[in-house]
Amino acid sequence: MEKESPICHESSAEESCGSGGRLSGEPLFGSSGLSAFRSIYGFGDLMVLQSSSPPSGAYLQNLSAIGELLERDKQREKDGFPRKIRVGRLIKPGRGGKDKIILVPTTVEEKFIHDVRKTDPKEESTSGGSGEGKEGEVIGEESADGLDGPAGSGAGGAGQGEGAEHEIESSAYDLGKVLGERFQLPNLKSKGKKRSLTRYTYDLTDRHHRSGQLLDKKATLRKIIETNINLGNVSDPHHIDPLEFIVSPQDEVYRTLSREKDYESQAMIFFLRDYSGSMEGQRTEVVVTQHVLLYSWLLYQYERQVETRFILHDTVAREVNDFYTYYNSSVAGGTRVESAYRLVNQIVEAANLARDYNIYVFHGTDGDDWDHEGRETIPQIRKTLGFASRVGITIASAFTDRGETSVEKYISDSGLLNEFPLGMRMDSVGENATEVRLIEGIKKLLS
Amino acid sequence: MELINQHTKMIMEGCKERARRAGLRFGNETLEYIVTNKDLLELSPKHMIPTLYDYWVNDVEVLKEKGRYELYPNNPYETVINTRPAISFYNDNNPDWLNVMIFYHVLAHIDFFQNNMFFKHTTDEDFAGRALSDKSSIAVLRSEKGRWVDYVIEFSRGIDNLVGFHSELSELNHPPEMRTSRKLDFYYDTFLQTIRKVSLTDFLNEIDRYNEAVRQYGEMAESVFFSGVTRTYPEFEALFDRHKKRGQQGVRDLLEFVLRNSSFLQREENQWMKSVLEIVRKTSLFFQPQIRTKILNEGWACYWHEKLFLKDDRIKGNEVGFARVNAFVTALPRFGINPYALGMRLFSHIEEMADKGRLTYDFQRIRSARLRRDYDKGNGSGLDYVFKVREDFNDFMFINNFVDQEFVDRHKLFVAGRRLNNSGRTFEYYVRSRDAGKYKQMLLDQLYHPPYIEIDKSRMEDDCLYLNHHFEGKPLIKEFIPNTMLGIEYLWGGPVKLETSEPVEKAREFQPGQANPPPDVEPPHQRVLYTMKNRQLSRAVL
Repeated sequence: MEKESPICHESSAEESCGSGGRLSGEPLFGSSGLSAFRSIYGFGDLMVLQSSSPPSGAYLQNLSAIGELLERDKQREKDGFPRKIRVGRLIKPGRGGKDKIILVPTTVEEKFIHDVRKTDPKEESTSGGSGEGKEGEVIGEESADGLDGPAGSGAGGAGQGEGAEHEIESSAYDLGKVLGERFQLPNLKSKGKKRSLTRYTYDLTDRHHRSGQLLDKKATLRKIIETNINLGNVSDPHHIDPLEFIVSPQDEVYRTLSREKDYESQAMIFFLRDYSGSMEGQRTEVVVTQHVLLYSWLLYQYERQVETRFILHDTVAREVNDFYTYYNSSVAGGTRVESAYRLVNQIVEAANLARDYNIYVFHGTDGDDWDHEGRETIPQIRKTLGFASRVGITIASAFTDRGETSVEKYISDSGLLNEFPLGMRMDSVGENATEVRLIEGIKKLLS
Repeated sequence: MELINQHTKMIMEGCKERARRAGLRFGNETLEYIVTNKDLLELSPKHMIPTLYDYWVNDVEVLKEKGRYELYPNNPYETVINTRPAISFYNDNNPDWLNVMIFYHVLAHIDFFQNNMFFKHTTDEDFAGRALSDKSSIAVLRSEKGRWVDYVIEFSRGIDNLVGFHSELSELNHPPEMRTSRKLDFYYDTFLQTIRKVSLTDFLNEIDRYNEAVRQYGEMAESVFFSGVTRTYPEFEALFDRHKKRGQQGVRDLLEFVLRNSSFLQREENQWMKSVLEIVRKTSLFFQPQIRTKILNEGWACYWHEKLFLKDDRIKGNEVGFARVNAFVTALPRFGINPYALGMRLFSHIEEMADKGRLTYDFQRIRSARLRRDYDKGNGSGLDYVFKVREDFNDFMFINNFVDQEFVDRHKLFVAGRRLNNSGRTFEYYVRSRDAGKYKQMLLDQLYHPPYIEIDKSRMEDDCLYLNHHFEGKPLIKEFIPNTMLGIEYLWGGPVKLETSEPVEKAREFQPGQANPPPDVEPPHQRVLYTMKNRQLSRAVL
C-alpha cells in the first residue's frame, strides 16, 4: 500500500492545518510568505506532548453528504440568503508527482476579522528565532520556486503511479460532474463524441492453455504448484521439492496474440500560468482554482480521455511535470506572455499534436506584460489559434477599477477576438473573485 | 471514548498529591478519557467539547486557513477542557512514565484554569454540562423551527468574536468596596455628564458633596444625598426610572445589544431566537480566555511538568526518554516561536529575577551591565512571584512586563526576517534584530486581537444600527463584510451601517528592469461606510 503523507501547504511539519491537507481555492496567509513561521496558536498539547497526528480520513464521508449540502444551499437561496457551500478541493501530493485532488465540500464562517494578508509579495515577514548569528546575517535559505525537489524525485514504481493517477482522475471527474449539475455548465457532448476507440493494437495478452505462441513460464509454474497442492504433493510449504511434482500438459499456459482497443485521448489541455513576481498571493489562487475547475470539467466532458500539459512562465516559459509543481511554484522575475505561447507552439509542432487532439489552451495572468503593445505576443497567439479549439485567457487583476491591463488592451486592439469568434475567449476577473464568479468565468471561456 | 483504566488513574492520583504538595491548587475530581482517531474527528470541530451543540458547519470542511485563529480562537486539539470536573484526553498507547509527564502538564493547566483571573467567569461552572443542556435546547428548537435555527446560529456566530469578554470580566473582578449602586452610576456617569452636561468643577463639587454625605451619615448617605439631588433636579427620579426600565444598563457587546434592543427579536414569534443568541454568546465567552493566555498557560504547564517529573520517585530510569520528549516540546526553535519553550523560560527567568530581588525599582535604575549581572539581594521569593503571575496575568501583560534584554540575550533570541533575495529565486532567513524592544513588539504583534467595533448610539437614526470600527492599522477582511452584515441586519431587523477604514487603492506599475519595486510606505487609509439595507450592501467613502 502506498502511504501518502498530506502536505500542508509548504511545510510538511506544519501541524496547524486541521485535518491534514490544504484546501485550494482560498487565498492563504502563507502564500504570501509565512511558510516557515507558524503561529503560536498552532501548537496543541495532543500534537506536541502526545505526538498524535491530526485525524484524517473523513473525506469520502464528506463527499457522500454533498448532495444533502447542496440541497441545503438551494434552500438558502430560496430563503433569500447567499449560497454558502463551495466545492473545495484538497490537493494531496502523491509519490512520483502524482497528485490527488480530493473533493470536499467547504464553507467559511464570515466574521469581522483583521486582514493580515500581505498586499505586496515582496514584503518581509518576521517571527522569532534563537541561536547564534550576528544582526543582519543570513542564516538560512529556502527555494522560492515551489517544491521542485520532491516532484521530480521518486519516479520509480510505475505500477503504483498508475493507480494514483486513476484516483486523481476519478475525484476530478466527480468534481466535473458536480459542476455540471450544480452550475449548469455548457455541455460539449458533440465534440466529445467525435473520436472514439478507433485505434487497435496487437499484443500477446490473451492466455490459453495447452497451446499458443509463447509459454508464460510464471503462470505455468503457478498452475503446476496449484495442481500439486490439490494432489497433496506439497506437505511442507517451507521445503518444496519440485522433483516430486507431477506436470500435466493442462498446466501449460501460453500467450496468444490478440487485438486490443487503444483508448485515445481526445483532448489535450495546455494550462499556462504567469508566475512572475506580480502574481503572488490571491491572483495565483484565483488562476489556479479556475484551472482546477476547468480541468475537472473537461475531464468529465471528455469521459476522462484528457491529457494535460502544464506551462509556467515569467520572462521565459518552462514545462513542469505535474499539477503540484504547477500549483505551488511562485515568485520569479518579470513577465513575457509571448514566451508561453511560443513554447506551446513548439510543443505542438514538434509532436504534430494538432492532428490527433482537440487542443485547448488556458492562460492565467494578472495582465501585466513587458511587451506592452503585444508586438511579439499577438503573432504567437495567432499561431496558437491556428490549431487550438479554444484559447481562453483569464485575467486576475488586482486593480479592476483601473481600466484595462496591458494584455487586455493589446488583445482587444489586435481584433483577435473578432477574427476568431469561436477560438478565442478572454475573461477578466478581480483578484477577489469568488468560486461562483470563477465558474461563471468558465462558462464564458468554454461557451 | 472511554475512561483510562484503574492502573493509570492511580498514577494520576499520585501526581495530584505531589502537585498539591508543590503548591498547585485544583479541584479534586478530574475525568481522563482515551481518544482514538475517530473520536478526534468528531471532537475537533466541536473544540474538544463532546457535548457542544450540533451545527451543520461542523460537518463540513471549513476553510480555516484564512485567519484561522481569528475565526476560531481555540486550539482544535486541546488536551484539557476547562470544566468542572476538568476533562483531559489521552492516547491509548502512552507508556506510564510519559503519562506521568502529561499528567503533570495537565494538572498545571487545570491549576491555571481554576486560578487565573481571566478565567474567573468560568470558575465553578460545569461547562460540559451546560453545553449539553444547550445542545438539547437547540435540538428541541430545531425540531420546531427547522432550518431557521441554523440561520440564527450562523448569524450570531458571525459576531461572536466581538463579545465583550473584558467588560464581563471587569464586573466579576470589581473589588466589593468599589461597587456602587446603579443609581449613583447613573447620576454621575449619565445624568451629570450626558444629560445635564455640567462643567468639570460642578462635577467635582458633586463628588465632594457625596463624600461629605458619607462622612456625615454613613449607611444612610445615599438616601440623604439623593433627597438633595431631587431638590436640585426634580426630573432625576423619573429619568432614572425610565433608564431602569429600558434596561440598557451594562450592555457588554453587540450580541447583547441586539438581544435586548432588536425590534425583530422582541416580536412574539421570534422570542426563541434570543435563547440561541444567548447560547452562542456564552459559548464564545467561554473560549475567550484560552487564546489570550496561550504562552502563559503552556509555559506554566511546562515549567511544572519538568519540575515535578524530575522529582517523582516513581519513574526512575526513564530520564532519557523524558529528556527526549521534553526537548522536543520545549526546545527553542531556530526559526519561529514555540509558546511552550518561550513561556517556560520566561517563568524560570521571572522566578530567578524575583529570587534575586531584581523585579524592583532599584534594579531597574541600574545602568551598569556589571552591576546588573551581579545584582542579588537574596530575596528568595521567586516561587511566590510566579504564582502571582499565574494568577493575575495574560499573554500581553506577561510579555510586555517580563521580556527584557537580559532574557533575550540569555536565550540568544532574535527577531528573524524572511525576505526574497535579489535573484528572486530564494527566500533568505536572517537575524533582523537582537533588541529586546523589537523582539517584544514582534511577539505582541502575533497575539490574538479581534477588531474593536463599537455601537455608536449617537448616530443611530431610524432604527439603523451604526457600528464603528476603531481602526488599529489593519483593515477588516473585505470579502467577509457582506455576509456578516447580512446576518446582523437579519437579527437586528433594520438597516445596519459599518464605518471602517480601507487602504486607498493605488496603481502598481511593473516595468522591465525594475523587478523589485521600491518598498512602499504604509499605504494611506480612508474611512468608508458600508450600509446593509434590505439585504443589499452599498459602500461609500466618507
